[in-house]
Amino acid sequence: MVANQITKSHFPLAVHFANPEQQVEAGKLGMWLFLATEILLFGGLFVAYAIFHHLHPELFKAAHRFLDVKLGAINTVVLLFSSLTVVLAIHAAQKNKTHLIVLNLVITLVCAGTFLVIKYFEYTHKFHAGLLPGYFFTNATVPSPDQAHVFFGIYFMMTGLHGLHVVIGMIVLLWLLVRALKGQFGEQYYLPLELGGLYWHLVDVIWIFLFPLLYLIR
Amino acid sequence: MVANHLEEEESYLTSKKGIASWLFTLDHKRIGIMYLASIMFFFLVGGLFAILLRVELWTAGDTIVKAKQYNQLFTLHGAIMVFLVIIPGIPASLGNFVLPLQLGAKDVAFPRLNLMSYYIYVIGAIVALSSLLVGAVDTGWTFYTPYSITTDGGVVVMVMAAFILGFSSILTGVNFISTVHKLRAPGMTWFRMPLFIWGIYATAIIQIMATPVLAITLLLLVIERVVKVGIFDPQLGGDPVLFQHFFWFYSHPAVYIMILPGMAVISELITTFSQKRIFGYKPIAYSSIAIAIISFLVWGHHMFVSGQSELVGMIFSALTFLVAIPSGVKMFNWAATMYQGSVSLATPMLWAMGFFLLFAIGGLTGCFLGTLSVDVHLHDTYFVVAHFHYVMVGGTFMAFMGGIFYWWPKITGKMYNEKMGVWSVILVVLGFNLTFFVQFIMGAQGMPRRYYHYLDQFQIYHQISTVGSFLLGFGFLFSIITLLVSLKYGKKAPPNPWHAATFEWTETASPPIEHNFHHQPISTKGPYEYDQIA
Repeated sequence: MVANQITKSHFPLAVHFANPEQQVEAGKLGMWLFLATEILLFGGLFVAYAIFHHLHPELFKAAHRFLDVKLGAINTVVLLFSSLTVVLAIHAAQKNKTHLIVLNLVITLVCAGTFLVIKYFEYTHKFHAGLLPGYFFTNATVPSPDQAHVFFGIYFMMTGLHGLHVVIGMIVLLWLLVRALKGQFGEQYYLPLELGGLYWHLVDVIWIFLFPLLYLIR
Repeated sequence: MVANHLEEEESYLTSKKGIASWLFTLDHKRIGIMYLASIMFFFLVGGLFAILLRVELWTAGDTIVKAKQYNQLFTLHGAIMVFLVIIPGIPASLGNFVLPLQLGAKDVAFPRLNLMSYYIYVIGAIVALSSLLVGAVDTGWTFYTPYSITTDGGVVVMVMAAFILGFSSILTGVNFISTVHKLRAPGMTWFRMPLFIWGIYATAIIQIMATPVLAITLLLLVIERVVKVGIFDPQLGGDPVLFQHFFWFYSHPAVYIMILPGMAVISELITTFSQKRIFGYKPIAYSSIAIAIISFLVWGHHMFVSGQSELVGMIFSALTFLVAIPSGVKMFNWAATMYQGSVSLATPMLWAMGFFLLFAIGGLTGCFLGTLSVDVHLHDTYFVVAHFHYVMVGGTFMAFMGGIFYWWPKITGKMYNEKMGVWSVILVVLGFNLTFFVQFIMGAQGMPRRYYHYLDQFQIYHQISTVGSFLLGFGFLFSIITLLVSLKYGKKAPPNPWHAATFEWTETASPPIEHNFHHQPISTKGPYEYDQIA
């Protein structure tokens, strides 16, 4: 609505807020609450993981060897680096450097894309090897193949839901990029960058839990 | 307090015109009204299914439908009433309208998010109804596995609808919590907030903490059904009881998402119509939070006979009784508020009195069911059906109606016919007790719930219940007619017809202007200081 008229020195204060501080604080609180719900959403999957890991510890140990630790590790580094570039984009906004905001957002987007490409290769490998959930599981080389599908069911759901969040994150980043290109962010106003950044950190943090739980079982 | 010039400015209802000004509105008041209309529509749809169920039960065996359709009917009735009516119910409609006004704010913290959550609700509702095209669901609203992964019909569609509706609920919760934290009027400390806000706030906490768990559970159920992933399906090494744990971890707190806003409304009604400062403000406020916390610790009482260990059963049973304490705190404080107050038995207060009676019965029978040994006998009987209808309809819905009648003059600017209002309460309370009290009796005698067939000895109870359901349905229709008639024939409402002391009555006209207040209201005293109203 007001988006078109924003300049670097202008904070788009909504009518129902008394001052910019109130709007910024409300926005941040809302985002943190939303992130809490996201963690609870994944929480259900973590509980399912814990229960089935407890029921079949040996199975989890055996099945996890079929995941590629190297690719998982690369993806961890890629995501961690992208979290840094998001912070740098916010920093650039505080310094009024639009080109740096744009550059950092582009790097973040490239990282996100890289993550998905690597994930695509991992998934393709699993598809070919028949390492799939439930009825679709056809791999015979896994020890106790009649139950190993449970691990891959959990693997695909956890990484799949996380992957979906990466895609949503990319949409958010793209939207931020468009607004940054229009010069809407500056030292007066960078709240959307901060909120989008918070979301992107969450995507990163969840992966940091997924990686050891799925790839590094001891 | 309210100067005459307030009434001359155009209200939020007339300031903008045309259908688009409603569909794209960011005004919390208009969004509240859109919710109210949608919720009432689905209430009538769900109610129609209820009447069909009761007609079917007039005789044992086939009366108007076959067993399969009967299962589909009670599933639709339950799913619509739970997910489309009672859970959004008070918070999304009255909460949206009243919460910013009571806080002295111009709107909720995120108006666009607010409109979005309404449209997510609409999409969820459409998806839910479209399950009828795929084949109606017959699992009951609880979608228990393994039945829900083996039965035919649109389980996936209905479950996705509940998933989508959960999102709407989460966004509303996020919005309300942020609003309460950041948009309180100058001087409005936490303990100067009206108790309605405390109740809605506690509800919002449960909404954002419990709903995501339901979301992931439903997602798992969909995936289980589509790709056979082996989480809940025992044939694939899954655990069907895990579904029950996940489901009730949400759905028990959800029961308090339903009742807490009802209690929140009752707190306003009791004190306003007693014209006396509420007795025990802080205990009532804290008890809302206490209920919200305890609600997360009692889910296992739905699974006393699901193969849970005896020790776990005992712990959940003991924790369940804890809920009675904050609920009792509220009941006794309300009673004490009325003591020596100038009680006026206007329609909203009568709804509150109805709530008192029915919620007391519903709450106490909940203690029966929380008792381990008694529950083994009563589990899955009509006793349970009667219990939760006493709480959900007798409690929440009575409070909802009371709230609608209370805020109606503020929302529409019209007074309804008081006599018709009184009669609607009488009809509903009579019809309700006729319908559901006998269900306690037949439940205790062993009539199982969700059966379309029954032994001859239960026929008289079923027939009394069916007669009652017609009276109850008529009562609700009559109340809605009372309200709608007032739109055309009602007298113009003054700014503060009930002599209430909260901002929405003292600081703005009926109906309010678009941005609620001409001047930022400032809070200098508690919300129920009736002797200090000009």
